[in-house]
Amino acid sequence: MVRKLLVSGPMRTPSRPRALLVLLVALLAVVGAGCGSDSDDSAATTTTAAPLGPTTSTTAASGTTTASKATGNLTVFAAASLTDSFKELGAQFEAANPGAEVTFNFAASSALVQQINEGAPADVYASADEANMTKLTDAGENGAAPELFAQNALEIIVGPGNPKGITGLADLAKEDVVFVTCAPQVPVGKYSAQAFEKAGVTATPVSYEADVKAVVTKVTSGEADAGIVYATDVKAAGDKGEGIEIPTAQNVVANYPIVVTKAAPNPTASAAFVDLVTSNDGSKTLEKFGFAQP
Amino acid sequence: MLGLVLATVAVAFFTLPLVGLLVRTPWSSAWRLLTDETTLQAVRLSLICSLWATGLSVVFGVPLAWVLARVPFPGRNVVRSLCTLSMVLPPVVGGVALFAALGRRGLLGHYLFDWFGIRLPFSMAGVVVAQTFVAMPFLVITLEAALRQLGERHEEAARTLGAGSWYAFRRVTLPMARPALIAGAVLSWARALGEFGATITFAGNFPGRTQTLPLATYLALERDPSEAIVLSLVLIGVSFVVLLAMRDRWLDAAVGRRV
Repeated sequence: MVRKLLVSGPMRTPSRPRALLVLLVALLAVVGAGCGSDSDDSAATTTTAAPLGPTTSTTAASGTTTASKATGNLTVFAAASLTDSFKELGAQFEAANPGAEVTFNFAASSALVQQINEGAPADVYASADEANMTKLTDAGENGAAPELFAQNALEIIVGPGNPKGITGLADLAKEDVVFVTCAPQVPVGKYSAQAFEKAGVTATPVSYEADVKAVVTKVTSGEADAGIVYATDVKAAGDKGEGIEIPTAQNVVANYPIVVTKAAPNPTASAAFVDLVTSNDGSKTLEKFGFAQP
Repeated sequence: MLGLVLATVAVAFFTLPLVGLLVRTPWSSAWRLLTDETTLQAVRLSLICSLWATGLSVVFGVPLAWVLARVPFPGRNVVRSLCTLSMVLPPVVGGVALFAALGRRGLLGHYLFDWFGIRLPFSMAGVVVAQTFVAMPFLVITLEAALRQLGERHEEAARTLGAGSWYAFRRVTLPMARPALIAGAVLSWARALGEFGATITFAGNFPGRTQTLPLATYLALERDPSEAIVLSLVLIGVSFVVLLAMRDRWLDAAVGRRV
């Protein structure tokens, strides 16, 4: 095998280096061109995107021409906790707007806002908290004012049948209860810490997970007895987990804002999608997945 | 000429991102971050765990590489693939797989837990297990390739002169394969040091117990990217110094002696 390659190698090479060189030069040229026009490009999109956003949202709201207007690709950057609900909203949007195609990027709100601020091509950004939305607006990357569209309360998730008999935050401080939360750097981790403070409970988790889905996995796989997650996560876990509600007095509610980005490649469809999410139909879909209305 | 151009592109490809990091480093707050207790804990834990993982990789990986290179048995290719699969497995999946095997409800793990009260997840031992899982194949592959290339002539010669097979392995094979062994160990160590996905999945993240430097870096990114840059520079600095020292002291010397 090796010998064969060695024999055929030199026989073929004469034409190759030149082709490769051409390819390389072409590549460098493209990269160079990309760099050069970058500033003009972004300037162009800003000037067109800003006025377009609000105008289309008004036409969409009047409900006359939405179907014909929203076409092409639409890229939505959404918090990981919106995965299931936004997938359904995306399907609804595509059904109502033939010719439109929604692509989602679900990740931690903080990671997403960082990607957008670094120039990732996002049309719409939906965050799981207001702090990360502020990072976007502070950087001037929003095309309009963000709108709140959903709320998510904290719940304790336990395994099926609640084997440790957990009834509230105080039970998590018990020695034989293995529990996990998110790291304080992640919104849900910050809220969990606030909830413990409100409840006057001091409890140390065995692990500060990097995202809320990891908390769910640790509990549903039986490695941990309990975890603090969003109400929507308990619903998404189905019969693999059970939710223990946290009383309103101790609970911390996350507000979800959504916005069209300043550099949105498809501002028309973006505005139409935001309209769907903030509409009555949108709320109904979101409620189905455990969200509350702000 | 073309080779030089391509090589230059490759060098730029690797160095430019590093230069980018350096440019964005907030030097004014760097010292405070570096001497932060959480950072020091993470550095210490990273070094201890990655060295343990390298040690385990050598202890188990050397015999494995030898068996794969020297002992013909049916299904050897399948075994080799299975043992190196963790290289291509997404690390997070690796972590989930480790749960399934060694977790509190895992195939083997629930005996460990029920009989001995040993719980690997969320412990420092869990970090070592996760790192070893992804790092060992690098040593096995490197060493096996070297053993195959060396062939069995020297071992056979030693044996005809009266050496036992263990003696021949220890005094003939191993010294000849030393550059590959060291290179493999260094690769394993580097992989273990930078391990993220399997560690955070299997061992979780707790400062001082399971929060290694890559985990601390990732979480710092959630709050303050510049803090993450400083942390990643520590990681890069430590690896760079070690790789450089290894190269000069061991690899060149060992290779030099053979040629």
